[in-house]
Amino acid sequence: MKLDAKIPEGPLAEKWSKHKFNLKLVNPSNKRKYTVIVVGTGLAGSSAAASLAELGYNVKAFCYQDSPRRAHSIAAQGGINAAKNYRNDGDSVQRLFYDTIKGGDYRAREGNVYRLAEVSVNIIDQCVAQGVPFAREYGGLLDNRSFGGAQVSRTFYARGQTGQQLLLGAYSALNRQIHEGKVEMFSRHEMLDVVTVDGKAQGIIARNLVTGEIETHAAHAVLLCTGGYGNVYYLSTNAMGCNVTAAWRAHKRGAFFSNPCFTQIHPTCIPVSGDHQSKLTLMSESLRNDGRVWVPKTKELAAQLREGKIKATELKEDERDYFLERKYPSFGNLVPRDVASRNAKEMVDEGKGVGTSGVAVYLDFADAISRLGEDAVRAKYGNLFDMYYQITDENPYKQPMRIYPAVHYTMGGLWVDYNLQTTVPGLYALGEANFSDHGANRLGASALMQGLADGYFVIPYTLGDYLATIGPKAIDVKHPAFTETKKAVEERLQKLLSLKGNKTVDEYHRELGKIMWEYCGMSRSEEGLKKAKKLIQDLKTDFWKNAIVLGTNEEFNMSLEKAGRVADFIELGELMIDDALDRNESCGGHFRVESQTEEGEALRDDEKFAYVAAWQYTGENKPEALHKEDLKFENVKLSQRSYK
Amino acid sequence: MSGNMNLTLKVWRQPNGNTKGTFVSYPAPGISPDMSFLEMLDVVNEGLVKKGEDPIHFDHDCREGICGMCSLHINGRPHGPKQAITTCQLHMRSFHDGETIVIEPWRASAFPVIKDLAVDRSAFDRIQHAGGFVSVNTGGVPDANAIAIPKPVADEAFNSATCIGCGACVAACKNASAMLFVSAKVSQLALLPQGQPERYQRAQAMVNQMDTEGFGSCTNTGACEAECPKEIKITNIARMNRDYFTANFFKEEA
Ligand SMILES: Cc1cc2nc3c(=O)[nH]c(=O)nc-3n(C[C@H](O)[C@H](O)[C@H](O)COP(=O)(O)OP(=O)(O)OC[C@H]3O[C@@H](n4cnc5c(N)ncnc54)[C@H](O)[C@@H]3O)c2cc1C
Ligand code: SF4
Ligand code: FES
Repeated sequence: MKLDAKIPEGPLAEKWSKHKFNLKLVNPSNKRKYTVIVVGTGLAGSSAAASLAELGYNVKAFCYQDSPRRAHSIAAQGGINAAKNYRNDGDSVQRLFYDTIKGGDYRAREGNVYRLAEVSVNIIDQCVAQGVPFAREYGGLLDNRSFGGAQVSRTFYARGQTGQQLLLGAYSALNRQIHEGKVEMFSRHEMLDVVTVDGKAQGIIARNLVTGEIETHAAHAVLLCTGGYGNVYYLSTNAMGCNVTAAWRAHKRGAFFSNPCFTQIHPTCIPVSGDHQSKLTLMSESLRNDGRVWVPKTKELAAQLREGKIKATELKEDERDYFLERKYPSFGNLVPRDVASRNAKEMVDEGKGVGTSGVAVYLDFADAISRLGEDAVRAKYGNLFDMYYQITDENPYKQPMRIYPAVHYTMGGLWVDYNLQTTVPGLYALGEANFSDHGANRLGASALMQGLADGYFVIPYTLGDYLATIGPKAIDVKHPAFTETKKAVEERLQKLLSLKGNKTVDEYHRELGKIMWEYCGMSRSEEGLKKAKKLIQDLKTDFWKNAIVLGTNEEFNMSLEKAGRVADFIELGELMIDDALDRNESCGGHFRVESQTEEGEALRDDEKFAYVAAWQYTGENKPEALHKEDLKFENVKLSQRSYK
Repeated sequence: MSGNMNLTLKVWRQPNGNTKGTFVSYPAPGISPDMSFLEMLDVVNEGLVKKGEDPIHFDHDCREGICGMCSLHINGRPHGPKQAITTCQLHMRSFHDGETIVIEPWRASAFPVIKDLAVDRSAFDRIQHAGGFVSVNTGGVPDANAIAIPKPVADEAFNSATCIGCGACVAACKNASAMLFVSAKVSQLALLPQGQPERYQRAQAMVNQMDTEGFGSCTNTGACEAECPKEIKITNIARMNRDYFTANFFKEEA
């Protein structure tokens, strides 16, 4: 199969407007004859569901939480980018485009990224109109802050809870459509499969998580807005329920999975405190505006710190190594995430890590506090400092924070074309669930932007084109594909419920996480990856023999839910390994030890790897087939990224 | 490890909404003070699963105090003994060795139990369907900086907007009133210029829906404010009441 990304011809800046003009429209009076399923109610899903319903389509929306407002987008802290240039500091659509392409280490499509930058400005307008309370200055206008990978201030924020405020905005738009009867909301429902008829997506199978009922829902198109799969690592900054199930089921029904190994490891998270750890907490990147990252200059000092013989605050200036400032003088502490994370790991590997475990570096606010005063620092970051204190019992106003990188975001996801359609006609993927815009590394504050761009401003146009093509004829739920898919789902659930072994599903999940973190984390090698592949295959066999899954299907059953998700994560893990093995270059968050510069920086290989990897499922326990979409760069010059 | 605690849990177990529930005691040995409360429950649950017993069901997701999903009544207080945090942010260092911890679901007739500690809070969603929005469609809105909003106003609206919809206010109230939650939602939009055109209808529609859902009335005891993890102020309630009565007044005029 030839992958066609359907990027419109013509100059970069005209592609999207031309494309919009060329797309077919659905006649207003016909819109109500169509039904669209939206799975997921995060920023991508809520904005899409509300916007499509406003246009007149009937929407059925699904989420696994008890309310759409609780989707994981709620947890985003730092901010959302937009090329508004309200600061007059030289920002523009072109610059946001360029920063994003470069930040992604030249592994994203020019056309998509330019469109993202273009619609970014509309997002802020939309959110403000809904009543999203962004931070403001004394003059009453919107405030901005800086984020990594950019030299302009283009990040809009709402204290440390930008995600919650944006999601509440999208959720309010969704509520309005629920009120109007245009959206039917299914909370506490988990999508377990996609139904395809003659190769087209025409519905889903979902489990009511309270009663266990397996439901069939038909529609003219299905939108997956189901978020990222960072929890494949067990420990991540994602919410406990974040999972790959929807995307993975779609993958098994024919949707290609792209760049699965591209994961973002966020440099500033609270370090692991013990085996009981269930998730990791992010300390927003915005902290790097004022916090300085350092470790002690020598291993000896680090050892004394770990043993509690000396305190961090007692170290003199010349006993500290502000390694990011030293190595990257022009970006300093604001280098992109992949660079900051890898450097922290390097320090720890050299034995300069701090904290009792030795697996942490410092993020220090002493300078900012003496420069700005404690109150000013509190006004900016108070809630983050409180959160840190709550978790660690240490006061970051008095001593430096301890931080360490943690899995945070997945750039990989379902392959989509310019219209956000997967390789299955009628099946779309939006937000973190798709692979589209961030290449091999996402810049801070760009995921919220992408989710809302996809939902508010892209899909309302592109979906219409497909719907106009297939026509409004009602979907036949009597088609055998619906009963067959439902049966397959029920059988899988029964198979899971029959597992009465001796190991808990959490134990498998933790084990998987350890393998992924060790061999497919911040640095990857051929040898390690090969070993990991074998380990995961064994883990899978063991899971389907020895896992314990309790209870019945016909009840609220945490045990069953978790088992299904972990089983999918195990399979995804193997594909991530395959992808990481295939890509024998270093780019963005993907660091292959075989491919580095003399200074130990990531070394891309554009000759061989300037492509999107798109994996096709070929059958149970069979190797997946790799398809390559070549990336063409006509507007930016590929260069080795430098933040020095 | 030194410093670990041995605790006893008294947990409300109820298989589903149609069956009566009861307290069951579980030992929770070797609990580290660095664990979060929910991690402590994870450990207990893994032990139960190993023994083939149904784990204790509870709602949770983000585990960082923002999604509003976690909802435990701990030793008689929603979200436990500490101020201004959610259950998932509570750490075991707030308890001491040998302690018995009583864990219950939110209790309110408008929040029926689904299983064990998980309750149905969809009433909150329905209140917001009734009017918790500004009626603007996607596209065609003015530039974000077209309206300047004085910082103090924006900040005040923000304070109301921080409500995470957890329902602790209802659980804390002897009347199971939802006034704090509803008033926070109403206030955010009542304070901002964007919310003015629909201000009074909004208050009315949301309050009416709240009454339909069977939440109790407010008798100004203030327990909600004391237990709210986001420190939502009770002054929101007065603001909402004013808007609600203004709405009725306009209706009579018309
Ligand atoms: C702690 C944290 C902080 C962050 N901070 C920022 C930031 O400051 N700026 C930024 O730009 N980005 C940030 N990000 C990234 C950003 O928040 C996410 O990438 C983005 O919100 C994802 O949105 P989404 O709509 O794609 O998915 P989500 O918000 O994750 O929503 C997924 C939805 O899918 C549903 N779902 C999933 N599976 C199923 C299924 N099988 N059946 C039914 N429903 C299902 C869920 O219920 C949910 O409604 C942060 C991420 C984290 C973890
Ligand atoms: S007002 Fe406070 S207690 Fe009530 S739902 Fe909102 S955050 Fe929770
Ligand atoms: S689990 Fe999200 S607020 Fe507690």
